[in-house]
Amino acid sequence: MSIQEYFQLVWNDYTLRTITGGTAVLGAICGMLGSFAVLRKESLLGDAISHAALPGIALAFLITGAKDSGVLLLGALVSGLIGTFWIRGITSKTHLKSDTALGLILSIFFGFGMLLLTFIQKQPNANQAGLDKYLFGQAATLVESDVRLMIIVTGISLVVMLLFWKEFKLLLFDEDYTKTLGFNTKFIDIIITFLIVLAIVLGLQTVGVVLMSAILLAPAAAARQWTNNLSTMVILAAVFGAFSGVFGTAISASQNNLSTGPVIVLVAGVFVLFSFIFSPKRGLLFREIRFRKNRSDLQLMKTLQFMYSIAEEHENISHPHAIRILNNFHGFTKTSLKKLENEGLIAINGQDWALTPKGFKQAQEMYNQKPANE
Amino acid sequence: MNEKVAIKIDDLTVAYNYKPVLWDIDLTIPESVLMAIVGPNGAGKSTLIKAILGIIKPIAGSVSIYGKPYQKNRKLVAYVPQKGSVDWDFPTTAFDVVLMGTYGKLGWIKRPGQNEKKIALEAMEKVGMLAFKNRQISQLSGGQQQRVFLARALAQDASIYFMDEPFQGVDATTEIAIINILKELRRAGKTVIVVHHDLQTVPEYFDWVTFLNVKKIATGPVKDIFNDDNLTKTYGINYKVAVNK
Amino acid sequence: MNNPQLEIQIIAAIVAIACAIPGVFLVLRKMSLISDAISHAILPGIVIGFFITQDLNSPILILLAAFMGVITVVLVEFIQKTNLVKEDTAIGLVFPILFSIGVILIAKNANDVHLDVDAVLLGELAFAPFDRLLIDGTDWGPKSLWVMGIILIITIVLLLLFYKELKVSTFDTGLASALGFSPIIMHYGLMSVSSITVVGAFDAVGAILVVALIIAPAATAYLLTEDLKKMIWLSILFGVASAILGYWVAHFLDASISGSIATTLGFIFLIVYLIAPSKGLIAVLYRQKQQRIEASLITFLLHLNRHEEVRERHINHLQEHINWGIVRSKTVLDLAEKNNLIQIDNNIVALTEKGLLFTEKSLEYIISNKDEKIEPMKEDFFLFRG
Repeated sequence: MSIQEYFQLVWNDYTLRTITGGTAVLGAICGMLGSFAVLRKESLLGDAISHAALPGIALAFLITGAKDSGVLLLGALVSGLIGTFWIRGITSKTHLKSDTALGLILSIFFGFGMLLLTFIQKQPNANQAGLDKYLFGQAATLVESDVRLMIIVTGISLVVMLLFWKEFKLLLFDEDYTKTLGFNTKFIDIIITFLIVLAIVLGLQTVGVVLMSAILLAPAAAARQWTNNLSTMVILAAVFGAFSGVFGTAISASQNNLSTGPVIVLVAGVFVLFSFIFSPKRGLLFREIRFRKNRSDLQLMKTLQFMYSIAEEHENISHPHAIRILNNFHGFTKTSLKKLENEGLIAINGQDWALTPKGFKQAQEMYNQKPANE
Repeated sequence: MNEKVAIKIDDLTVAYNYKPVLWDIDLTIPESVLMAIVGPNGAGKSTLIKAILGIIKPIAGSVSIYGKPYQKNRKLVAYVPQKGSVDWDFPTTAFDVVLMGTYGKLGWIKRPGQNEKKIALEAMEKVGMLAFKNRQISQLSGGQQQRVFLARALAQDASIYFMDEPFQGVDATTEIAIINILKELRRAGKTVIVVHHDLQTVPEYFDWVTFLNVKKIATGPVKDIFNDDNLTKTYGINYKVAVNK
Repeated sequence: MNNPQLEIQIIAAIVAIACAIPGVFLVLRKMSLISDAISHAILPGIVIGFFITQDLNSPILILLAAFMGVITVVLVEFIQKTNLVKEDTAIGLVFPILFSIGVILIAKNANDVHLDVDAVLLGELAFAPFDRLLIDGTDWGPKSLWVMGIILIITIVLLLLFYKELKVSTFDTGLASALGFSPIIMHYGLMSVSSITVVGAFDAVGAILVVALIIAPAATAYLLTEDLKKMIWLSILFGVASAILGYWVAHFLDASISGSIATTLGFIFLIVYLIAPSKGLIAVLYRQKQQRIEASLITFLLHLNRHEEVRERHINHLQEHINWGIVRSKTVLDLAEKNNLIQIDNNIVALTEKGLLFTEKSLEYIISNKDEKIEPMKEDFFLFRG
């Protein structure tokens, strides 16, 4: 199947429509809530939570025997939350730093989850098929009820976010101040954390525990580059997330052997890379261009000032001087002279140059400003 | 001077990790003063403000704002935290930050409306930042960021203003602009409490002063108690400062 | 116990030691998560290396993949320097993307690469004894034993050679530069060793569990000691103990060995986290309670010392003015009385001579900002602690 075929089929084919809908909704909710994780400097918490969710899935299966994704996700939610609060417990009560706490919980919970999964696999009676999809995710296993669950959860998160928008923004920016205004910061914090954990758990079936955090971070990190407004950032992140979901699904559906999760991550990665380089305000490309322009402007102004110091000694400021006396001056080139002429600051006549009144004035202003700046 | 008491602190002891940083502070601050809290580094100046504002829970003692606990009268109080305490790369504009000052009176869930926006704009005008209202906060200079913080507190329209080192890292023009606004607040009958570092400017800027070094050394009008004796008690042996009297 | 069983345990123990040593430094340098990033990001390196060598234990593959690990570190640091995103986001972006590239490379070349993504995450320690090193038809033992053994020896040699430099650059970067040890060389040296270890261990225990072997022993040891040498020894001990214990748990449950090792590491951490003598949760909570009461006690004594008025010294004042609940007031009063620091007469509290002496002394220390001297003084004055 080619990508064109995919987009022709997507509206009619049940499976494709379900998968695409699921990944799009998932990308949107993750982008939205991931913005908060990124701004709270809790980017890596997502990684720890998604790994910590694995034993919850296995235990839920062991206890109930159900393969119903709702029950399994509930187990994931509980164990993800336990992991989150244990990380906080470690950092607040011991001298271990957050990086150690995150890495520790992440790897140990995951290991425990693997122990349980392999244990389940060896059970003779249990038909465990389907549990290992939570490692890398399998969008193909999504059914309509999964997508409906995603839409409901996304809807609820959206409502909660709109309701507490003001409080979220306040807490993200200035926690102490939020407290002095009489808001219960612990409560707001718990809502935000809970929503983030919820989004992660929701994505496990589709993307898997290993790559889940990237779906959370990448759209938000990309969106941050294009705007300086929180609401725009959240919306953009949701859009980037949804597009990553759709394109990722399209690409993986049109190729053999490609699981959806890694492809979605790579598409989101392309968004990030593009944003890092080409964002007009923060992007590396325009930053470099601005930097060079500033440097060449500075060079021009230095040349002009040098000319001023020569011209100053003559009564007539527009008295012509030979170009070669500039040769000793570092930073003078033919192009820079040309630029100065184009801006009407100097006049060039054969091998001679002269300051125009405008050029003299500008140089004089710079000269007077200089001591004030320093 | 109005004899009404704005803030009364009794037996306040505050500890970080159970290591006390403020010991048994009794302090009464009358209404309508412009007060500096001075003391060496680690004297607990910021801690005192944070304890009054309920950001830190004290291990002993009580604070009352116009006779009531902080939570009851919090709408009478505005706060300017240290500039370095927030992430200035946060995606928001100067106007948005100032608007946050109105959130406390709005309470949970309610959105700022036209009225709140008007208050925020007026506050920005007062600090001379109206022209920068749509500027992203990371693109403001240190002085401008401090003015935005001040405007946010002004938007709270409080009776008592707490400021944690508002002159830290600002240019001279901003410093003068800020102190003029504070003096104006005081003239309007507000109480302004400032954690301050520069001892030279205390007599010029303030009319009330509290010396603090883990415990309270002295408190009162600047003209009565801002002297070498108290400075020495606060900062250590033979501490002298050239005070222009 | 048969021969493969013994070999598996030896390999597991060697992997544990090889991971524990760099782990100590990563934890102390607050760079634990770099090991997580490296362990994921080397995947494309391994796949490409496998195309070239067709052998997972080939030294070329190991070096190539380890180089990929160092590239990851450089990439993360580059993104951090651009200030486009916060530091943690930089790590969080780089490794899933590189890992995804690796997964896709495997998927697209499934016919040529006999690498299983599950095996990448989990490793397969149980199969390690069957991949033998054969030279001229002689069996020299399992290949991975040789690979990890060599990596371990290199690690130990480097540790012994550069112990002092590593120690100084870990605890005091400024001093390290002043003494002429380049912190940058130490940094990248450590990153290279970590990468090589991760790649070597990857085959045996998988991408994520290698992180457990690096971080968990060091984190557990750090709760017990701050002495670098002791910390290294303890980490090795915890690592090896978990490896062997984990093996047997897996044996009885018939489950993944590496998962079981990580779980054992987790249990050991949990126990130490709870009961470590001075840094464990129980000790911390107990100490905080004691410190809270003792801080309250001193506050109360100072208050008595400062106020002559009867009103301020009435028992009820404790609740009203100092704002303490009944339970807390009673605890503080009882403790003060038991230690003969106060006497209560008709509900009016007064300092005893001993109480006065204690208070005056603490006051002196407080004013001169020498609070830490109060602690030994408590030993002298208190018969009963909070």
